[in-house]
Amino acid sequence: MKILTFFSLFSTFLSANSINVEENAGQFFSSGHTNNWAVLVCTSRFWFNYRHVANTLSVYRSVKRLGIPDSHIVLMLADDMACNHRNPKPATVFSHKNMELNVYGDDVEVDYRGYEVTVENFLRVLTGRLPPSTPRSKRLLSDDRSNILIYLTGHGGNGFLKFQDSEEISNVELADAFEQMWQKRRYNELLFIIDTCQGASMYERFYSPNLMALASSQVGEDSLSHQPDLAIGVHLMDRYTFYLLEFLEDIHPASKANMKDLFKVCPKSQCVSTPGHRTDLFLRDPGSALITDFFGSVRKVEITMETINLTDLIKEAEQNPMNEKPQKVTYSYVDQLPVSEIIHQKPKQKDWHPPDGFILGLWTLILLVFFKTYGIKHLKHIF
Amino acid sequence: MGLLSDPNRRRALISLLTRLNAPICVVCYMAGVAWFMGLAFEPFTLRTYMSENAMGSTMVEERFPAGERALATGREFSAHKKKVGGMPVDWLVKTMQARGLEVFTQRFSRTLPFPDENKERYLVKGTNVYGILRAPRAPRTEALVLSAPCTPGDNNNQAVGLLLGLAQYFRNQVYWAKDIIFLVNEHDLIGMQAWLEGYHHTNTTGMDWSPLQGRGGSIQAALSLELSSDVITSLDLVLEGLNGQLPNLDLANLFYAFCQKIGVLCTIQGKLQRNDWDSVSGYSHSVQTMMLMVMKQASGRPWGDHGLFLRYHIEAATIKGINSFRQYKSDTTTIGRLLEGMYRKLNNLLERLHQSYFFYLMPSLSHFVSIGYYMPAFGLLAVILLTLIKSAPSQMSSPGVLSVLTPLVISHLTGVEVAVEHFPVSETEAVVLTAIAIYTAGLALPHNTHRLLSGEGTEQGWKVLKLVAVLYLAVLLGCTALINFSLGFILALTLVPVAAFVTPHVPKILSAFILVILSPACTLLFSVFFFQELQEMPVSFIDGWMLFLSVISQGILDHSLYGSLVYPLIALLVYPCWLLFWNILFWK
Repeated sequence: MKILTFFSLFSTFLSANSINVEENAGQFFSSGHTNNWAVLVCTSRFWFNYRHVANTLSVYRSVKRLGIPDSHIVLMLADDMACNHRNPKPATVFSHKNMELNVYGDDVEVDYRGYEVTVENFLRVLTGRLPPSTPRSKRLLSDDRSNILIYLTGHGGNGFLKFQDSEEISNVELADAFEQMWQKRRYNELLFIIDTCQGASMYERFYSPNLMALASSQVGEDSLSHQPDLAIGVHLMDRYTFYLLEFLEDIHPASKANMKDLFKVCPKSQCVSTPGHRTDLFLRDPGSALITDFFGSVRKVEITMETINLTDLIKEAEQNPMNEKPQKVTYSYVDQLPVSEIIHQKPKQKDWHPPDGFILGLWTLILLVFFKTYGIKHLKHIF
Repeated sequence: MGLLSDPNRRRALISLLTRLNAPICVVCYMAGVAWFMGLAFEPFTLRTYMSENAMGSTMVEERFPAGERALATGREFSAHKKKVGGMPVDWLVKTMQARGLEVFTQRFSRTLPFPDENKERYLVKGTNVYGILRAPRAPRTEALVLSAPCTPGDNNNQAVGLLLGLAQYFRNQVYWAKDIIFLVNEHDLIGMQAWLEGYHHTNTTGMDWSPLQGRGGSIQAALSLELSSDVITSLDLVLEGLNGQLPNLDLANLFYAFCQKIGVLCTIQGKLQRNDWDSVSGYSHSVQTMMLMVMKQASGRPWGDHGLFLRYHIEAATIKGINSFRQYKSDTTTIGRLLEGMYRKLNNLLERLHQSYFFYLMPSLSHFVSIGYYMPAFGLLAVILLTLIKSAPSQMSSPGVLSVLTPLVISHLTGVEVAVEHFPVSETEAVVLTAIAIYTAGLALPHNTHRLLSGEGTEQGWKVLKLVAVLYLAVLLGCTALINFSLGFILALTLVPVAAFVTPHVPKILSAFILVILSPACTLLFSVFFFQELQEMPVSFIDGWMLFLSVISQGILDHSLYGSLVYPLIALLVYPCWLLFWNILFWK
């Protein structure tokens, strides 16, 4: 009898373990990203908010330099500083005083401009719920293996970001939008950078996995602007983005700098405000995440010197006789949102739990011992 | 039950008010005056600051180089002015066109109701010349104005020269988002009124002007320049406009910020700023500056060409260059740079100036007192009137309505007489003296009234009349103080004691004398002397009397030329109110 119970216990244990091995193998092969996207948003209009447009364009320049193409960047600028009537140097937006660096140039592709930059459009871009007529350049066509960089700048407060002087997006809305993105499998990992006053309040409410966030100032602090240019008559950049840019200038596509270096950008002595970051939702160690994972589009490329022959000829399709009726083949779209798969998919477990089979076996053992000791006639007291 | 709804309590409160009426009145009056004097004390004021975000700080680089050339242009202008004997229209048109502006002229003419002895004009004919600098890339929806008056003689030549120099410099820049209109107006305020009326398609004063051929969009701000010397020691800012209206405080803040940046000495009311607010002389200096502003605002005259813009909701100020005997002088290039900086900042504006205060007093250029702080001074005086109303007896038999109405109507008719000037006279003095004569004739009114009524004055009659008069005064002063605080306050200072103490039972001779002293006309006479004292140019009695007469004539002229409301207010409303009290005094 005892051997029987022991044997049944052992078998259940083995079966549970075998399920475990398959899972482990699956986890071993799924990681990393295959493409990069960037969503760069400037939310302020008016001439005296020149610096917000300069911020966004500077990040745009860096991201392009590190490899993300225009087709993978959604650039939203709420006002046109380059062609503003008050710009003494038309068709330029400078980010350094004495007009050292023109970040506008002649190959800027702005996807959302002027009054198109609204909270609704921003959320639609993130969640993908755009009308069918929206062109590709205005869509965030990311998938579950995309790493996305989201950069927001403008005027903000505790828990909100102001769009265009007429509406606001709250941190709850933003967190919900990211959760929608997670559930629709629209990102692999997401880096969120915000340069506004009290920026840390915007990432307080995030709850979706694989998010890392950086902000230029804590709640209750103002983010300050960097330098005015007297010839143009406005402030050109904000401090946090200025030092972020200096940091990014040293990054090239092959650099191994990681996120921990990014957290050190702009300490309080330079920024006056205290930058903050949030990594608890990020599943990897931030030290293992490279800067180029988000800011660049780095492909793992292996160069080989061997030649590969494509020896099989391509067969032509057989000609159908004219008198045969053309066959009707019904096509169907692949399910874009495979709900059944998602519902039944097990979430990734962070902590180790003992496998289910083991616990089942344990309770069976306890019950058997119990009934062995006290006899089977007590069974009716339980059921 | 509540304090005011319980009839017993209410009666007790009223009896308390009636008993303590005199002490309350005195205390409130003293408190009101003390509050007003305390406004100039620096810890009670606020420092000025820029409220408009779009204007930001003084963060521009001023590069105007051509001060000397501007002075040469000014000398040319002066030569042509002498040659033509008036405004050199053709030369101005040619010069402005050479600088790339779109030039237009406007003719205007006006016959004054009687000759103006201060400026020696009666039949006024003139031409305004203005050039529009179109913004290179912007739609023509908004404009800024820079104006300089063309005055006969040697005045303001440098102002016109600087205006033309700035026009040339501005024309070479690409960053203008608004059109800039450079205006040279003839016959200062009359020309300015004609231009503004033509620009806005209104005709409120019956002037005859030719329509404007060119326009520039809605005007956001305007500056008027008065500069009569090649170098200056300080720049004076003039804010008071028509009917005591003031421009938005941000304009003064902008001027002060640039003065500090460029390092030019800037004043308001012609008085320098002092740092020793805790000493007696420092405090009295602030009080003098504030009182000058109060006097100027109460007069309701526009104290610079800018004063007429305010009516159209255009923020405007006048900048006067003063050359006194100081060592440190600034040249025309510096003034040009200051104006360039101000215009670049005004160019950045997206909407009209509205973030800062419209009602304020300035004891110095860097401190101001807003309406919330100075209104309680007037409020305390108004409280006296309210306690007088409260302490009127609650039960009174309605006396003959006629006995109350008659003094009212006759007083107003007398006022109308003073206001309406249809006399075919051509001498200023004749007009003014006629006005005063009617005023004095009103003093004989009570006897005539009683003769009319065949002596039916009851004891209750004067109480009702007093109640009506006090109510009338309260409403009148309240409305005046809201629009023109200074005028309302000064009238309240003199008329509220009148209302408080006058009854038929006080000693007649003494009260009559006091009442005449506190009448509007005598208040004006004293104000004239006081104003001259504040400006450190005290006058003798004869000169003061002549000045008083000219002030009255100027008031009448202002009303007919620009629509100033001070003279009609005093003649039609304040004076009849005072006459009512005079009637009460002589009630039989």
